[in-house]
Amino acid sequence: MSHRIIVPIGPYHPLQEEPEFFQLYVEGEKVVDIDIIIGYNHRGIEQLAETRHYDQIPYLVERICGICSSSHPYAYVLAVEDILGGEKNVVPERALYIRTIVDELQRIHSHLLWLGLAGHFIGYNTVWMWAWKYREPVLDMFEMITGNRNNYAMFKIGGVRRDIKDEDTSVLKKALDELVPAIDMFRGAIMDDPVIQARLKNVGILTKQDVIDWCVVGPTARASGVNIDVRRDEPYGVFDKLSWSVIIEKEGDVFAKTIVRILEMYESVRIIRQCVDKMPKGEIDANIKDIPPGEGIGRVEAPRGECFHYIKSDGTNRPVRHKVRAPSFMNVASNKVGAVGGTISDAAITLAAVDPCYCCTERLAVIDRPKNKKIMNGWDLIKLSQEKTERIKKGIEK
Amino acid sequence: MDIKARIKERFQDKIIHWQENSARRVYFAIRKEDLVEVVKYLFKDLELRFAIATGTDTPDAFELLYHFGYDEKGEVYTIRVLLEDKAHPQIDSIANLFPGAEWIEREIWEMLGINFAGHPNLKKLLLADDWPEGNYPLRHKT
Repeated sequence: MSHRIIVPIGPYHPLQEEPEFFQLYVEGEKVVDIDIIIGYNHRGIEQLAETRHYDQIPYLVERICGICSSSHPYAYVLAVEDILGGEKNVVPERALYIRTIVDELQRIHSHLLWLGLAGHFIGYNTVWMWAWKYREPVLDMFEMITGNRNNYAMFKIGGVRRDIKDEDTSVLKKALDELVPAIDMFRGAIMDDPVIQARLKNVGILTKQDVIDWCVVGPTARASGVNIDVRRDEPYGVFDKLSWSVIIEKEGDVFAKTIVRILEMYESVRIIRQCVDKMPKGEIDANIKDIPPGEGIGRVEAPRGECFHYIKSDGTNRPVRHKVRAPSFMNVASNKVGAVGGTISDAAITLAAVDPCYCCTERLAVIDRPKNKKIMNGWDLIKLSQEKTERIKKGIEK
Repeated sequence: MDIKARIKERFQDKIIHWQENSARRVYFAIRKEDLVEVVKYLFKDLELRFAIATGTDTPDAFELLYHFGYDEKGEVYTIRVLLEDKAHPQIDSIANLFPGAEWIEREIWEMLGINFAGHPNLKKLLLADDWPEGNYPLRHKT
């Protein structure tokens, strides 16, 4: 009889950017069962939302996640606009285009972030460094359009808060043109690499039936041949006016999930280009004042899958109930089938392949407070770090 | 026959209230005894996708909403169930029909104190293990 031991991953583990706890039950090399323990990051946001008025909630919900920080406010405003008669009847046309651009830029940056992490998890650190390098210009685009690299504060009920300036659109287009060769490179580096194929194919398979039973959403479901995408099924923004396709793979393994995300970046670039070309002039905000009593549901295809918000209003300025369901809530639970049956060395990448939500990076600057003067910027810090490396190298040589 | 008509016909004696807020948003109320049967029909026969459930503390009852997505048409069907016994709220678990409902029932159980009879693994999901017994964060203080 084989001996069963427990291998804990987490709650705080160098591989995880966020606290979560997996207990792997292992017989030899094989994972026979898994316990997923979450809740280390619970902040009570649904309850907090009941104490905020409608205009404050977008700021609250975009802090649920630093990576999909436009999906949650978008799903929330869609839920409220559902009470008001639907996004398309309420929001001005130009704002719909701006919403779509922000939503798709976010998908590119999120998929690049995941690609880097996935590379890191399988020990392919070159992919990690390069993916995050090419993610920087996307964040710069966000800074140009919204003023922020993360937590964009763009969404409001009835429109958006900031317009995209005409002169910015050419910069945006140029950045997209430069991004495409980078995605080509990743596609080549991953799809044509026999080592990566050997590492990721037939690992952590979710069958189509598993996806249905565990109610999995997003790229994780699409990699198993389940043809769902909120952008096409219930088009919000201007997705129904553009030409793009939903990426489906059949195999359900980690490799298929990687392919889906890489190919989706091309579609996002296509979508943004069309938006920039077709965007009409006009108002960006409908100036909604009151929210009538009623119930509304808003759904957005976040980079990880369907993001679901439910709002119940009683006609006051605060919601009675605000239910939030992030895609990872459904996807992480499916690790119960994805990781079990594989080997322990596959567990880390399998658990990461559903793209669980991590908190996002922050830019660093040292400020001299009394004079409010920047004394060091990113380059100075890199220089400091390089100098330190040189010192250490010299120490080793001695 | 479209899904709306099929649900209406199949459960004509079980649906207490039918409401279409828009073409893509259908809400219908049933009794709590009929929940498992209706969910089974929606999930297994009509192949709708379970999106999530919402629990709300209202003055007269606990309200449970089960949201199902019909992705072919982009519609959301919501089953509404009221638990009027506020002292001992209980309903049958749907987690035995499909495992995707396990986590949300655990969450509603710990946040609102609603018991899901027959749940395979009813323990805390988000709250700490030493969270005080009988203290439910999403219940409104009266």
